[in-house]
Parts: sequence; C-alpha cells; structure tokens
Amino acid sequence: MKPVIREKFAAAAEQGRAAFVPYVTGGFPNADTCLELITALDELGSEVIEVGLPFSDPLADGPTIQLSSQRALEAGATPANVLATMERAAAKTQAALVAMTYVNPVLAMGYGEFAKRASGSGVSGVIIPDLPPEEAGEWLDACQTHGLDPVFMAAPGTPMERLDRILAVGGGFLYYVSMDGVTGTELELPPERLAAMQKVRARSSLPVAVGFGVATAAQAKALAPVADGVVVGSALVRQVHQADSPQAAVEAVSRLAGELRQALVR
Amino acid sequence: MSASQASSPKSGGAKVLPDELGHFGPYGGRFVPENLMPALEELHAAYLTAQQDPAFSEELEDLLANYAGRPTPLYEAKNLSKALGGGRIFLKREDLTHTGAHKINNALGQVLLAKRMGKKRIIAETGAGQHGVATATVAALMGLECMVYMGTLDMERQALNVTRMQMLGATVAPVTSGSCSLKDATTQAIRDWVTNVKDTHYIIGSVVGPHPYPMLVRDFQSVIGNEARAQLLEREGKLPKAAVACVGAGSNAIGLFHPLLNDPVDLIGVEAAGHGLESGEHSASLTAGRPGVLHGSSLYLLQDPDGQIIEAYSMAAGLDYPGVGPEHSYLKDIERATYATVDDKAAVQAFMDLARYEGIIPALESSHALAHLKDLAPRYAKDDIILVCLSGRGDKDVSQVAAYLEKQK
Repeated sequence: MKPVIREKFAAAAEQGRAAFVPYVTGGFPNADTCLELITALDELGSEVIEVGLPFSDPLADGPTIQLSSQRALEAGATPANVLATMERAAAKTQAALVAMTYVNPVLAMGYGEFAKRASGSGVSGVIIPDLPPEEAGEWLDACQTHGLDPVFMAAPGTPMERLDRILAVGGGFLYYVSMDGVTGTELELPPERLAAMQKVRARSSLPVAVGFGVATAAQAKALAPVADGVVVGSALVRQVHQADSPQAAVEAVSRLAGELRQALVR
Repeated sequence: MSASQASSPKSGGAKVLPDELGHFGPYGGRFVPENLMPALEELHAAYLTAQQDPAFSEELEDLLANYAGRPTPLYEAKNLSKALGGGRIFLKREDLTHTGAHKINNALGQVLLAKRMGKKRIIAETGAGQHGVATATVAALMGLECMVYMGTLDMERQALNVTRMQMLGATVAPVTSGSCSLKDATTQAIRDWVTNVKDTHYIIGSVVGPHPYPMLVRDFQSVIGNEARAQLLEREGKLPKAAVACVGAGSNAIGLFHPLLNDPVDLIGVEAAGHGLESGEHSASLTAGRPGVLHGSSLYLLQDPDGQIIEAYSMAAGLDYPGVGPEHSYLKDIERATYATVDDKAAVQAFMDLARYEGIIPALESSHALAHLKDLAPRYAKDDIILVCLSGRGDKDVSQVAAYLEKQK
C-alpha cells in the first residue's frame, strides 16, 4: 500500500512538528543522484517528498528550479524515466512521494495514462500548478480512478470562496503559496502574512503546507506554528547546483534538510 | 450581454466565443498558477465594465484616430496584382500606424484598462520588438513605468527596436533562457507578473495567454477587419473573396478575420516555414504541431512526444513563437480558416517584390502573407478582391534582409 499523505501530516502533528516536505528536481543532476537524494531525504524523516518532472517552460518556478529543470532535460530526463526513479524510490522509502509538474507533459501522456502510471509508480499525489480546478475535471476523474491525491494550490490573493472551491476538489494537502512570486524568491514573514496563513489553515479541511521561498531554519521555525507542513525546494536545489560532485550534493542537501526539519518542532 | 457579444457587434449571429471560462471549443481557458487568478478576474471585470462605459470607447477611439493615425488606408496594389495575375490585391496598411505595426491597437486598449485598474507598472514581452515599442510608447504616453522582456537573440536581430524602446523610457530586460526568443520572453514576463501582480499590468501582445487575453486582444485588434470591411463596402460595394494575414501567435490575423467570420470570405493564415517544414526549423504550429497548453491556454503547439515545448524558428522574429492562439486553433479545427506556410526564402522574395512593385517596404512578418499571394491570387477571378493585412513596416528588417541577400549571392 502507498503511504497516505494525510496520515503523514497527522503523524508529524502527533510528534509536535510541522511536516517536512522537501522538493527535488527529477533527473537532476542525474537519475541516480536524484534517487540518492530522495533516499537521503527519507532517511532524515521527511513526511512527503516532492519530485519535479521537468518541463521546458516552468512558469511558476524561479531561476534555481528552472535551471535545474533545463539541466535535467539536457541530461535526458523524461516524465517516464522520472516516474521510474520515483518507483525505485518508493520501494525503499517511508515518505509519501508527490510528483510536481506542469499540465502540458501530463496532457502529452493523457490525464488517465499519467495518473495510472504515477499511481503504479508508488506516487501518492500530484501537483500541477498551472491546472486550476475549473480546468481539472478530467484530471480529477483520473485521480479518483487511480487512487491519486490531486494537490491544489492557494495563494495570498485567493478569495475565501475560491479557497473553498479549491478545498472541495483537492486531495492530500493544500499547497499554500507563501507570497506572490515564483519559487525561490526571498521570503519575508511579517505577522500579517503569518496571520493570513493561520486563517487559511483554520478554514481548511486538508492539511496546509506552506511553500515558496522557505530557505532557512529561522523561517521554518516561524512557519511551524501556523502550518501543518513546510515545503522547501529552491534552497535544496541550490545546494545541488553549488556542489562539485554528486556525493557533495547529497551531503549538502542532507545537511540543510536536517536543519530545516529540526526547526519544524513546535 | 456577455463580453464577446458586447465587444463584437459586427460578428452577427454566429456562436459567441469564447465561453465564460474563455474556451474556444476545446482551446483557450485559464491554465495559470493560482497567484494570477485574482488578477485575471480583475482584468476581466475591468474589461466588462469598460465596455459598458462610453467614456472608455471615446478615449480609445480618440487615441486610435489622433494618436495612432486610424483609420489606416486601404490600398489597392495594382502593380503587384498585375504581376501575380488573378484577384485584385488590397493592402490594409497597418504599417502606417504610429510605431509602424498593428501592435499599437492592442497596446492602447490595454493601457487604458491598466489605468482604470490603477496599475502603476506595465510589463510586456516582445519578439520583433514591435509590441515592445508599442507598449513602451503607450506607457510613455500615460506616464507609467515600463519593462519589456526580450530574448537576447531577438535583441540582436532587432537592435533598432531595442534602442527605440529605451529612448521611450522603457527598460529592456534581456532573457537568456531556452531559445532566447519570444517564447522565453513570454515565460519571463509571466514570472514577473506572478511576482508583482498587485501593481503591475501585463500587456500581452498577441491572442495568447490565459482568458481574458485572447478575447480582449482580439477585440482591440478587430479594428483592422472592421475598418477594412467598411472601406471595401464603401469603395467597392462588395466584400473580399479572401482575407490573408501572417500568423505567429495570431493577433493581426484574428483582427482581420474576426469581423469577417460570418461573411462568405475565405480566411487564410500564413505561418512561417522557416528553413522548411521538413527541416524541423519553423514556427508552423497549426500546420505541424498538436494541441497542448502553453502560457496559460490550450492551443496548437510545437512540442515533442513528452510535451516539452520545441523552439520555434523563423527569420521573422515576430512569428518565432511555438504556439498559435486558441481562436485560430478552433478556426482550424472547424475549418472556418485555413493555414498555409511560407519559408524564409519566399518571404524575403515577397519583401523585395513589394518594395519594387509598390514602393512599400513591408515587415518580414507581413511578407509571409504577401508571399502566399503568389499561390493564392491566380486562383481568384480578376474582379475578386483579396484583402491582405500589411501588419507592419519593414524598416526594422532592412539590415537583416540585406545580409540575407548578400549571403545568397
């Protein structure tokens, strides 16, 4: 049986922590190292691990993840072989695996076929930032058929009625985008921003994970009381960019991820 | 009354598109990150309100007439018609607008919307630089801060337009990702918008992007077809048999086609075949692509089997985009419009031909529409009218064409 995303959030909450949700770009810097990164992130106690299926034109991503996607594609990453990496990872990890990609690669495979293959690869949920609920009818059916959680996003500007509609169709968790911006933008956490997050969380029937721009233990610590989980992507991917060997990349990512996870204790 | 009913008074009894969610059949829609949803709703609402407000159309019409120089002439190219044989060729002279291309029609409309929404900052993407220049121009006119994203490859081949934008007070932001051209500039502009959505309006230059952009850009560009239609009826007492325009992402073509959709007129879009369709280096998304999602809407796209976007190529920077707007995608599927292709070489020949026959130097983009006339014109009777959108002027292209011809020697 695949790990259930909501149970992972519940387990973290029972331990008095916000869930740790790291992101890695699939196939970056190469398939084997990506698998090692996922395994290392699992070993240090990540509840959910997001793996990006690289797309040529990632609208919601900043330069760090964009460049990693470009490198992964140059190194031969495809939706199919990243799913294969996730399948290998799923065989030996405890964390729930979530695929994050854009709608065009999913469409290219077909909503039904993609959902079937993702689910068959041990993936628990899928995030598609450019597929809002109003366009997602066929995708939601495919997710239901194949036992996948369709994870949707909400942003600071999302009106409450819209938030309710998103929550009504979403599964797994609600990905709350911390600010207006792309991934990896510097995040500030003034009290009103934290209060807005709390308000969304209070309204949400799903666990709420906050992401975009979370890079430091201090930020993670500030978010832990107001969120059910914290997503960290660009900060980890940056470690891979900066490392001079795959081994160094795994070590650097593990070190930062360990600190961030530690900071999520409430 | 829905948006498109209000905006397209001349579209007669046909089904009004797009629908409420921005769909043209299976195309269009709104495929964007959640951060942009409120801004798209705001823009849509502002547009609907503006349409009900006579002050908005008065201001726009005044600017179109007295600033942009509309109505543009409709010129019968008798020498070219004679040389090609067949129908009478009429050129809708968008090249004679202020800034030298049809792009100003949309830029003026959108900047007025931006003002109504209280936005302080304007961003845009540009390929050939014509939309960038138009946007920089209207931003200067309205006293708004302006940033234009442009691929470094395009900055090189359209250096004149880069200087023009800078002189108009805009910042030109070089884009170095992907193919370093229009697709990447658009992606970068959308990222900027996601980040600065509160105080920034994004003036998309073509009939692409999330709803309501394909609709509102079409509506602002429909002035081309509406004017040409009225000019022909007044002067010749009849409609054209065919209407021809180049198609990159499709804004001048939809502006020409839309007001003629319910008339018995053949609508022909001309895509760029670049180095030839078989070379794989082209921008013929309708002819050689398949449906997908890029930059917020569903449309015909150049993509590989995994759904990665393939870089488009054309010598004409304004056609160098791997998708074609949702309404064109729909018109193709329902066979209301047909789409042909013209390669670099034929476009350059047409560029030179118009210069020699008519004393008009056309944009390389528009030269694609002109080049197709060689095939098309002889198929029509000598009294038939063929209406061609001369979407822009070619000053920006002269050094590129000169270099191309030099290389061919």
